[in-house]
Amino acid sequence: MNAIAKPHKVHLIARHAEGMIWLARYMERIENMARILDVTNTFARDADDTRNWLSIPRINGDLAEFYKKHPEATQLTVGEFYLLDSDNYTSVQAFIAAARENARTLRALIPTEMWLQINVFHGRIRALTVADITPGHFTAVCAMLKDGAQAHTGITEGTLYRDQAWHFYMIGRYLERADQTTRLLDTRFHSLAPQSDAVDADIDAGQWNALLRAAAGYHAYRREHPSGYNAQEVASFLLANTAFPRSVGLNLAQAEWHLTQLRTRYFLRMPAALERLDALNGMMTHQNVAELAGRKLSPFLDYVQREIGSLHQDIVGTFGG
Amino acid sequence: MPVGGMSQTQVQSQLQAQLQPHGSMQGYDPGSFFCEMLRPGEPQHPTLTLLLSRLASLPIESLRRRARDAERDLLDRGITFTVYSDATAIDRILPFDLIPRVITPGEWHQIETGVIQRVRALNMFLYDIYHERKILKDGIVPADLVLKNAGYCQAMVGFDVPFNTYVHVCGTDIVRDETGTFRVLEDNARTPSGVAYVVENRHMSLRVMSDLMTSLRVRGVDEYGLRLHNAMAEIAPAGVEDPQVVVLSPGIFNSAYFEHVFLAREMGVPLVEGRDLTVEGGKVWMRTTSGLAQVHTIYRRIGDDFLDPDAFNPDSMLGVRGLIEAWRRGQVAIANAVGTGVADDKAIYAYMPRIIKYYLSEEAILPNVDTRICAEPDALAYTLDHLHELVVKPVAESGGYGLLIGPHASKTELSEFRALLKADPANYISQPTLKLSVSPTLCPDGVRPRHIDLRPFAVTGKDTWVLPGGLTRVALRAGTLVVNSSQGGGSKDTWVLAE
Repeated sequence: MNAIAKPHKVHLIARHAEGMIWLARYMERIENMARILDVTNTFARDADDTRNWLSIPRINGDLAEFYKKHPEATQLTVGEFYLLDSDNYTSVQAFIAAARENARTLRALIPTEMWLQINVFHGRIRALTVADITPGHFTAVCAMLKDGAQAHTGITEGTLYRDQAWHFYMIGRYLERADQTTRLLDTRFHSLAPQSDAVDADIDAGQWNALLRAAAGYHAYRREHPSGYNAQEVASFLLANTAFPRSVGLNLAQAEWHLTQLRTRYFLRMPAALERLDALNGMMTHQNVAELAGRKLSPFLDYVQREIGSLHQDIVGTFGG
Repeated sequence: MPVGGMSQTQVQSQLQAQLQPHGSMQGYDPGSFFCEMLRPGEPQHPTLTLLLSRLASLPIESLRRRARDAERDLLDRGITFTVYSDATAIDRILPFDLIPRVITPGEWHQIETGVIQRVRALNMFLYDIYHERKILKDGIVPADLVLKNAGYCQAMVGFDVPFNTYVHVCGTDIVRDETGTFRVLEDNARTPSGVAYVVENRHMSLRVMSDLMTSLRVRGVDEYGLRLHNAMAEIAPAGVEDPQVVVLSPGIFNSAYFEHVFLAREMGVPLVEGRDLTVEGGKVWMRTTSGLAQVHTIYRRIGDDFLDPDAFNPDSMLGVRGLIEAWRRGQVAIANAVGTGVADDKAIYAYMPRIIKYYLSEEAILPNVDTRICAEPDALAYTLDHLHELVVKPVAESGGYGLLIGPHASKTELSEFRALLKADPANYISQPTLKLSVSPTLCPDGVRPRHIDLRPFAVTGKDTWVLPGGLTRVALRAGTLVVNSSQGGGSKDTWVLAE
């Protein structure tokens, strides 16, 4: 009687798993940067132009670096810093370079179509010049960046083989989205909410629009809350909503699902990450957010960001060096 | 030159009749060179006739548009090699000429059997010089030339490799002279590059020249990865049921990285770097998400010196500490084996026809370029008499260093070289200057004859298999014979016709 051949075991090189996480994170960062620049350019051109543009280096913790190079925050200086300046490691130039380098490392693992699109996208971003970020072209450049990042997301969804490598990729994407939403909320909330615990104070509706649009959540929010804006509800929407694709809670829940899949299907044990994720996930409830609203929100968001960073380390630390 | 009952002029006039006034082949004239498309004196192969008429009927603008598409496509796909200068890294493509080079079934038979014969002889030679050294004792090859050769590896002495195969992947550089005779120019028995382009060039032809290929019976090249993997599995340590093969690359900054990706992907195995591997308990392991997993065969794309800092260059960061010891203990297979460099050395090349005869009692199916070994008195006398028309190469050095090209040398240079040669004849070989065959190639002024060569790839585990095709490199500059990519060379798709 012929023995049934043992299935061929497919291993994933640990370094490649980490590369998948980073590839996803950098591509997400490009989309996110494009969203924030676009919304700032379009919806936040009111009384305090400088404060609006300055919010972007603040989100990214880049204030010191930014002021080293530019005396003030304008559409042109912020645009240059984030769209053209390859020395700035939080620019889209740096993001696409890092994404492409990871994709190059993973080229034997990812579909040709994924690599090809990243490579072409890289060429397009590298070719950007000062002429492209002038007011007349700014929106088009942001649209190009969003299109490129979303094409990547679509190609990945449609072509990337769903084995271990895919799970790591998805974990990277969800961690990054969660992280970006906390940053967006943090700075905007900081500048929008009055410096008191009275969170329901009268805040310019245009500003709330901008915040929600940057996270692609404006219309969904309107549908959920047709009566108007409320700081606590906006925070809850971005942190705890279970249907909104960029809410922190939803992204953490999806990251948790992928970690669980790695455990049950591939027997990869990452207890520290799962425990941390479970605890963090438990905090993303409406009730909890309501209690945190106001001054306590900002330290909470800082905490969540640190935890997301630690999660990344937990995961790569499990099989790293 | 009258050939096969038809003069060159007659061939030309017959051709001109075929070449339509506005077609792409207008003004094409290979002169006295052997043209791979027109084949003076041979009865035309029906496929070549059809191909030529299809090509000739294409407007040149159509060819140029397709060439631009192909170039864009290669860049988009990142089918590039990286050139580093100062602080910048530029991705360059190997220029692709879209007019294919065709090899008839009869020609392929000679190349295939010739390459197999040569690989057999190379492996027997390597076994011998690392064991009994019979060929040295019998005085066929001077012992010093082998034992003092930089490529000779002491660590290999007395060590056995599976099937006595040392050269698992061999690239044989073949040219064709003005009579249409194939001749071997060089053996590449270490880590020959270029096979990725063989396959990618075919894919490119299918994308941009599909109308040219319609209904032609061209042999496929997609089998390479499968054959390579099978050979790698064959040489794995005995008793391993499902051997783990990996491709070992120096990393993304290596100029041939694209090829490493290609090899890993086509074999369906991990592409690793030295830092992904470790030797523990005498075995080789790779670092995976679920811990260490054993590796059984390493197809390495790293030179001998960098493989293992314990055994060779202690400063190497690219290799794996303890790898050679694990290999010597039979715990892992390495392809190509260490120490094959001695066999593809220029000095040994000159002896290849004798080496083949010594081990196989056969004449070489693919002759060498006529090579004179100046250590031998007759050869030295001839070389000194014909210095102005020969290429004289020092055997120990590589990369065209200290080379004399007679027809291009001044009187002073010739007399200086004469003195060098007399002082140390054993250090030199001489060859006639070659009139390489040409192939129609898209150039700025139209389709023009350009010189080409051919590198077929042979894969050997237990047996040898030759990929039907090969890398055809083309010298894109008029008049030049240099096909190297570093000096303006490009490549063509190579069509081996089915019987």
